[in-house]
Amino acid sequence: MAFSRRGLMAAAGAPVLMRVADALAQGIQPRRGGILQTILTPEPPILQLGVNNQGPTLVAASKMFQSLLTFSPTLEPIPVLAKSWEVSGDGREYVFRLQDNVKFHDGTPMTADDVIFSIMRFHMELAPRARAIFQMIDSATAPDPLTVRLTLKQPFQPFLLMFEVTACCIVSKRLFDGQDFRTAPTVQRPVGTGPFRFVEWQRGNFVRLERFEEYWKPGQPYLDGIIYRIVPDSQSRRLAIETGQVQMTQANDIEPFDVPGLRQRPNLTVETKGWEYFSPLSWMEINHRVAPLGDPRVRRAMSMAIDRNFITNRLWFGVGKPATNPIASTTRFHDTAVKIAGHDVRTANQLLDAAGLRPNAQGIRATLKHIPLPYGEIWTRLSEYLRQSMRQIGIQLEMESVDAGSWARRIGNWEYETSVNFVYQYGDPTLGVERTYVSSNIQRVTFTNTGGYANPRVDELFLAARSAADATERQRAFTDAQKILVEEVPQIWLTELAFPTIHDKKLNNVITTGVGVHTSFDDVFLAG
Amino acid sequence: MMDFWRRFRRNRGAVVGLCILVLVLLLSATASLLFPDSPWDMAAAPFMPPGEMGMLLGSDSLGRDVAAGIAHGARISLLVGAVSTAAALLIGVTLGAIAGYAGGIVDDALMRFTEFFQTIPSFVFAILLVAIFSPSIGSIVFAIAVVSWPPVARVVRAEVLSLRSREFVQAAEVLGKAPLAILLTDVLPNALSPIIVLSSLMVATAILTESALSFLGLGDPNLMTWGFLIGAGRSVIRIAWWMSVFPGLAIFLTVLALNLVGEGLSDALNPRLARRRA
Repeated sequence: MAFSRRGLMAAAGAPVLMRVADALAQGIQPRRGGILQTILTPEPPILQLGVNNQGPTLVAASKMFQSLLTFSPTLEPIPVLAKSWEVSGDGREYVFRLQDNVKFHDGTPMTADDVIFSIMRFHMELAPRARAIFQMIDSATAPDPLTVRLTLKQPFQPFLLMFEVTACCIVSKRLFDGQDFRTAPTVQRPVGTGPFRFVEWQRGNFVRLERFEEYWKPGQPYLDGIIYRIVPDSQSRRLAIETGQVQMTQANDIEPFDVPGLRQRPNLTVETKGWEYFSPLSWMEINHRVAPLGDPRVRRAMSMAIDRNFITNRLWFGVGKPATNPIASTTRFHDTAVKIAGHDVRTANQLLDAAGLRPNAQGIRATLKHIPLPYGEIWTRLSEYLRQSMRQIGIQLEMESVDAGSWARRIGNWEYETSVNFVYQYGDPTLGVERTYVSSNIQRVTFTNTGGYANPRVDELFLAARSAADATERQRAFTDAQKILVEEVPQIWLTELAFPTIHDKKLNNVITTGVGVHTSFDDVFLAG
Repeated sequence: MMDFWRRFRRNRGAVVGLCILVLVLLLSATASLLFPDSPWDMAAAPFMPPGEMGMLLGSDSLGRDVAAGIAHGARISLLVGAVSTAAALLIGVTLGAIAGYAGGIVDDALMRFTEFFQTIPSFVFAILLVAIFSPSIGSIVFAIAVVSWPPVARVVRAEVLSLRSREFVQAAEVLGKAPLAILLTDVLPNALSPIIVLSSLMVATAILTESALSFLGLGDPNLMTWGFLIGAGRSVIRIAWWMSVFPGLAIFLTVLALNLVGEGLSDALNPRLARRRA
């Protein structure tokens, strides 16, 4: 594992870490000017991070807001608003030194006060994900206006991963203090420290951002502005990028089946990188309380009936890759040596025979209900594929269509037998993997351990990895946990998802980090 | 009967329609023989154009046989059409007959009730019903029946109203026959021809409605239907035209056939009307 405390200190010591972006852009002189036209799908309700953290909000608001750090594709921290940082030997004290001359869009300077307010009050109140982690902070102090010192109650190695813009953006204390954070006037006209400032939002039409003249990096950003167009129909979005009306699409803008056609366009680049920080992993969601799903042999057999290459190649047209274990390969502590059993229908049938699940006269061993994920056509196709795969081993899936709200409610209330789900991992298994498998997180809430899997040894290993300050120790615990999980298959992992970012070749430096389109775009430029 | 058939045969379009309809019925009856495997089986590579890899009409995005889907879908589409029409007739004929025969307050009450249903756009209402009861074959048949009975009630009421004042009905009343018996044995049999014509058109509308619901993703997810095939093919129409074109043709031909047959029936059952038109 490349991430160690020593590595961290070294990164912090270097005055300015050379951005991958700078390396990529070598040979092309960045050019000032031009407006980037792109798309936002679907239209977000509000653009203030923290108040709303849905996908489209993260995409657009990350141009107006920044955090202390961002992360490389291998999840090494890169300085943003923090110029440098130090971690104490016992892993409990973090000291961040802030950049000079950082201004908010309203002209006021950003200081350590704003940073502490953002962490301890703003995100603590608004974001459940941030609250769970920031509660570990014992004290937050500002020895001087450009230094922040955070002391933790116990060492927590993935702590730095929380200082990414989608998890903890820095907001202005002056504009929020003493008000309801959700209804403060600034929420309608977001004010951050990012390279682009909010100008105009015509609902149902477009969001317009403009170059912030007092941005703290001299000479940047290169673009004069960004326009996010709201285009509700997927075929219109495809046409927009094909005809050059927009220069970039991201996230869910383009359907996977349109990707092969766009790959062939000579003026376009199709990127699937830039999701390493999120590393969404999809799986067939299993409710262990429903017989015979409590039997690990049955789950293993179901897993072996699925051809994951078919799913990635035929359904997702090569965007993403087959899952190999509960930790995505782009998340820290993924062990490449630990793999789930491959596609093997015959062995799967033998396993079910051994589990005492005999086929009846129609060749059916068990009938289970299945709720497809109501997030669009491709997920329906996936469930149809799963139904046919399960058929081969005598398990009949009966599909039941529900809308998105009912899906979340049914999963959260454990009112399902099988379904499909995908979850972000946020760079570290403690942040995004643990929650699905530890018995202490069996809750009637979506995205917890809704399946009800419980194994005391797995609980112990995740706890050990959570509290250990040392990366090698954590790796050992995570490897052991992965070994147990691929044997017991608590959820049937399917694919490591990725989303295509498609852009005009004239647009440079688009995907340079592990957060992809969620960087500030201060170094993105349109070549002549 | 021979007379009826002669008059029906005179309308050439109706004969063509009947032939198509018989073919569709044959197809749905022999679907399991022609395509013994489930239409959901992935039989070939995805997106095979028609004629390749033994796929007569090509394969879809999962490599499923479009021809098998159409054959098995015919069964569901016809079944939905027939059952929902029968259910709509049951409601419509009952209410219409009661309203027309009883008259007065009963008639008023029943007709206002019917108008209440007629004021709601029928397809939107069907979507609403299916969404509330969660999509399944039962809820779809129910929704189609609920939105399509009002015209039947209207037509039956009008027929009953005009028959009710005829001499033979009055004669039956004078003879002391019970009202229900008069309605069933004297009035309704004479109102049968418009009902038959109307129901053939209703089957066609029901098939279209079911397809439209499936197209919008509100079909029964466990059943292969024509609407589902088109809905699944729509987004990939630039890659695989055959996925939407062939099921679309199937719907088009079936609905056209039912309409032609309906017209033929109308001509055959109302000979005076037909002659006037000719």
